[in-house]
Amino acid sequence: MLSAKDEVNYPDEVFLMSFFSILYNNPDDDICEKNIGEPSCFSDLHLYQILLAVTKGYEEYDLNPFFYDSLQSPDIITYRHEIFREFEDITLSEAIKSFSQNMQTMRKHLGKADKVHSKYQKERWFLDAAEIYCKAVQTLLHSLSDLDLRSRGFLAFREFLNIYVRSSGYVSMTRDIEHLKTELAGVRYCLYIRGREITVLNAEPDSEYVGEVEAVFGRFIDKPVQPFNEEFPDYNDMNHIEAKILDLVAKLHPDVFLLLDDFQEKHENYPDKSIVRFDREIQFYISYLELTERISREGLFFCIPVVSDTVKEICCSEGFDLALAISLAERKEPVVTNDFYLEDKERIFVITGPNQGGKTTFARTFGQLHFLARIGCPVPGKSARLFLPDKIFTHFKKEENIVDMRSSLEDDLMRIHSILTECTPWSIIIINEMFTSTSVSDALFLGKKVMKQAIKLDLLCVYVTFLDELSTLEKVVSIASTVVLENPDLRTYKVVRKPADGLSYAIAIARKNRLTYENILERIQS
Amino acid sequence: MKSHLLYPDRDFNPEWGMLRRSPSPQRWLNRDYDKMWACFPEYMQMTVQDLELDILFQSMACGDKFLFEVAKNVFFTTETDIETILYRQDILRDCTANSEVVREIYRIVVDLIEEYLSGLNWYSGKTADSVRSTSVHALGLFTDAFLELKKIAGEHADRFQSGGFKEFFSMLERETSDEYISSLKEKFEELSFKNGIFTNVELGKGNKGINYTLQKNRMIKKPGWLSGFLSTGSPSQYSFCIADRDIAGFRTLAEIKGRSMSSVSGILLNSSDHIFSFFISLKTELAFYIGCLNLRDRLISIGSPLSFPVPAEHGGRDFSFKELYDVCLALQKGEKVTGNDVEAEDIDLIIITGANRGGKSTFLRSIGVAQLMMQCGSFVPAESFRSNICTGIYTHFQRGEDHDMKSGKYDEELRRMSEIVDHLKPGGLVLFNESFAATNEREGSEISRQIVCALLKRRIKVAFVTHLYDFSQSLYEKNMDNSLFLRAERKNSGERTFRMKEGEPLRTSYGRDLYEKIFHESPLPVSFEDRK
Repeated sequence: MLSAKDEVNYPDEVFLMSFFSILYNNPDDDICEKNIGEPSCFSDLHLYQILLAVTKGYEEYDLNPFFYDSLQSPDIITYRHEIFREFEDITLSEAIKSFSQNMQTMRKHLGKADKVHSKYQKERWFLDAAEIYCKAVQTLLHSLSDLDLRSRGFLAFREFLNIYVRSSGYVSMTRDIEHLKTELAGVRYCLYIRGREITVLNAEPDSEYVGEVEAVFGRFIDKPVQPFNEEFPDYNDMNHIEAKILDLVAKLHPDVFLLLDDFQEKHENYPDKSIVRFDREIQFYISYLELTERISREGLFFCIPVVSDTVKEICCSEGFDLALAISLAERKEPVVTNDFYLEDKERIFVITGPNQGGKTTFARTFGQLHFLARIGCPVPGKSARLFLPDKIFTHFKKEENIVDMRSSLEDDLMRIHSILTECTPWSIIIINEMFTSTSVSDALFLGKKVMKQAIKLDLLCVYVTFLDELSTLEKVVSIASTVVLENPDLRTYKVVRKPADGLSYAIAIARKNRLTYENILERIQS
Repeated sequence: MKSHLLYPDRDFNPEWGMLRRSPSPQRWLNRDYDKMWACFPEYMQMTVQDLELDILFQSMACGDKFLFEVAKNVFFTTETDIETILYRQDILRDCTANSEVVREIYRIVVDLIEEYLSGLNWYSGKTADSVRSTSVHALGLFTDAFLELKKIAGEHADRFQSGGFKEFFSMLERETSDEYISSLKEKFEELSFKNGIFTNVELGKGNKGINYTLQKNRMIKKPGWLSGFLSTGSPSQYSFCIADRDIAGFRTLAEIKGRSMSSVSGILLNSSDHIFSFFISLKTELAFYIGCLNLRDRLISIGSPLSFPVPAEHGGRDFSFKELYDVCLALQKGEKVTGNDVEAEDIDLIIITGANRGGKSTFLRSIGVAQLMMQCGSFVPAESFRSNICTGIYTHFQRGEDHDMKSGKYDEELRRMSEIVDHLKPGGLVLFNESFAATNEREGSEISRQIVCALLKRRIKVAFVTHLYDFSQSLYEKNMDNSLFLRAERKNSGERTFRMKEGEPLRTSYGRDLYEKIFHESPLPVSFEDRK
C-alpha cells in the first residue's frame, strides 16, 4: 500500500493551471466579482425579472455577477455561443445536470460533517460526501467521453478530467470508499425500550408485526397506508443519548469503526478546485437554458444571434419580451411575438398607437435582446442579427418622487440630459413615454430636440410616444400597436410598420373579450 | 364504508367554503368565510347574487351554518344525471314521510362528531404515539355510534322505501357485525404496549439510526442481571438509563418510539380517519335533506305550493310549468306570490319584454331557481314543473357601476359574459337580464344578437329580459319555431298583474308610468345656486 503522503499529489499540476474557466476563455477578461453591480437599464427592461426566473433554484451558485457582466470582446461571446450550441445535445445537458445535483448533495453532506459533534457521525458524513463526489466525477467523464464535443471550453474540460481521474489520490480514495461502505452496511442492531431504560443488543429476527396489525384493520383501509411519519426536528447532530447508543453499537462492532477513523485522516484534501469552479460556472448555461426550454414549450423560439460591434442594420423575427413571456407562461396565456428590422440608414423606431397595445413591451424586447446578446446568451426570437452596444440607456416613466422636489417634466429632462451626455454612437437608447406631463406643443418641441441628437449620433434608438409627428423624421421607422383582427384569441397586440388606426372602441372591447358570433362558436365546441 | 345518500355509487365531496376546512360549525369563524369561499367560481357567485339564492339557503339552514354550506355546495354541484335526480327525490320522499327518524339519525351523527372533535387538542396527531392513543379512543366512540344507529335501523328500517336508505341500512348490518366489533376491541388492548417496545435498527447517513422496525413484544431477561453475569466476557447487550431530569434524553427516547411506531400508527390513523370520514359524509348528505325538510316546512306554513319536478333528458327542450313562482321572493315576503304558467315544447329561446316593474326579473329568477332546485334533487316551487336537464345554469344580470375604475361598465359586462362562455357547454341554460345595455342601442343590440345566435347554434337555452328593441324585434321577425316571446302584462289602467303573456315586443317600455309616479311624489329641485 502506498503511503498517504504520496497519494495526495496530482501528477500534472502544470496542466491544471492551463484549464481556466468555462465562461472566460482568456484569463485577462476574467470577471472581477467584487466590482460588478447591476447595470442601470436592468429594472426598466425587466431584466431583473428575467434574472430572477433564470436563477430561481440556483441561488447557491450566486450567478448574478455573470449576468451583469457585459462582455468586452466578441471572442468570448463566440466562446459562450459554442458552449450553448453544445447543449443542443440532450445527453450533455443531462450529464451536467446530474453532475451538479451530485455536487450539491456532496456539499450538503460536507456541511453536515462540519456541523455534527459525534466523532463516528462526522466521519460517516465525510465518507458519504467523498463517495458521492467520486461517483459524480466518474459519471461525468464517462458521459463526456461518449460525446462528439466541439466547443473549446468542453474539449479542454474533458482533457482535464481524464488526467484527474488517473491521479493516485483519486484512485486510492475510490478504493477505500468501496471497502468501508460494505462493512457499514452489515451493521444491524436492536433497541429495547422500557420506561426510561434503553438496551442495545443484536438485531432481532423480523416478526413482521406491522402486517399482522394491518390485517385486522383491513376493511377500513381504503387507500395504501401511509406510515405516520412524525415530524422530528431535522438536526444532523446527535445528542448525548444517540451518541451513547452509537458508541455501544461501535462496541458491538469494533473493527468496522476503526476503518472509519482511518479514512477521514487520509482523504482530507478533496475536492479539486477546478472542478468546483466548473460546477458553479456551468450553471450559467444550465439555468439560462432551463428557462428557455420552459418558455419554448409555449411555442416561442430562442436563437443564438449573429452579432457585430460595427453593423447597425439589425433584424429579428418572432422576438418577444422574455420577462412578459415568463409571467404569461405561468398564467398559461399566449405571447405575441414581433418581427422588426432596420436597414440602410434606418436607426430609430418611433412607436405610436392605442394604449395597452404592446408598445412598451416592444421597447423592452428590443432592449432585452441586445442586453442578452451582450452577455453571450441565446436571445428570445426565431432569428436575430444584433448590434453589440457599448451601453444601453433607458428612460422610462418613474413613480412620482415626493422627497425629490423636482417636477415630473424637470425630472424627465434631467434624466434625458444625463443620458445624452453619456451616450456614444455605439450606444442604444430606449425611451418610453417621455414628456407626458406637459402640453403637446411643448412635448413635441422637446421630443424633436432629443430625436435630433439621436439622429446626429447615428445611434440605435426606440422611442415610445403619443406624438405622431416624431415618426416622420429622418432615419426613423414608424411602427404602431394594433388590435389583432385576424386572430382575436391573442390578448396582446402586434407592433407593425404602419401608422395607428382608429377602430370602434366598443367592437374592439367585444373582440378583446372574444364574444363575437364566430368567437363564441369557436369557444363552445358542439 | 359509504353512506351514498346523494349518489347511488359515490360520495359527495363539497368543493367550496367552510366544509373544506373542518366539519364543525363551532370552529368556523365569520372572518374566514370570504376566504374559504374565495375559490368559488365568479360565475357561480354571480348566479347566487342574481337569483338571490342566499335567501333560499338561509331558509334551508334555519340558522345552522353547516346546513347552509351544504345546501350551497349541493346546489352548485350541478347534477345532470336523471337517475341521480330521481334517486334523491325518492330519498327526499322517505325523509318527508319519516322526518322524525331522519332528524334523529342526523342528531346522533352531529353529536358523535362534536364529541370526537372535542376530544382532540393541539397535541393530538403531533406524535406517532399520540396518534395511536387518539385513534384507539376515536374507534371506541365510533363503535358505540354504530351500535346506536343499528338500534334505530332495527326499529324503523322497514318504513323506508327508497333505494338509498335501504342500501344504507343493510350496509350498516354488513360492515359492523357484533363479532367484528368485539375483535377490534381486543386488538386495541394489545396495541397499548404496556411492556415496552422492541425495534430493529440499521446505520444510515451520518451513522444515525434508520429503518426502525417495530417487533412483536417478547419477554426479556432483566438487563441488570444479564450484564452482571456477562461482564467478564464480551457482552452481547448493553443497557443504560436516562437520568431523571434529562429532558433532551427523554425527547430522544420519544423520537425512537415515534420512528418505530410510524407504520402501526399509520394503520390506526387511516382506519379511524376512514370511519370518521364516513360519518362526515353521512352528516353532509343528510344535511341536504334536512335543509329540504326545513324549506318544505316553511313554504307549507305560508301556503305556497310544492311539487316534485319531472326532469327530461337533456337532449330535449321541454319547458312547461304551472304556478311557478320565485321562491326567494315568497320567502322574503313571507307570503304566497304570483306564479306563472307556460306550456311550451322545443323552445330554445325565451325573450321577455314589457313593462318595468312588471315582474320580468322575478319571472326570470323563478325559472333559474326551479331549474337549479330540480337538478339538485329537490322539489320545486310550482304546482308542476317539467324541464330538460341542463349542463349548467348561468346568469348574466345588469349590474350597478363598478367602483374599481379598471374597466368601463360595458367592458365589465362583456368580461362577465366571457367568463360564462368559458364554462358553457352545449345543453346549458343562460339567463340574461337587461344585458349589454351599457352601450348605445345599436351596438348593444348587435352584440346581443351575435351572442344569442351563437349560443342557440350551440344548443344552449336562453332566456333574455331586454329593453333593446332593435334586438328583440329583429329576433321576432325571424319567426323561429324554437323561440317564445313573452311580455309582462299591463292592463289599460296601467295596473300590473306580474304575469307573463305571449306577445310581440313593443317599442315603448312603460318607464313613463314609473316616472310619473316617482316624480310626482318627489319632484326634482328647480333651481341651483351658482357654483362657487
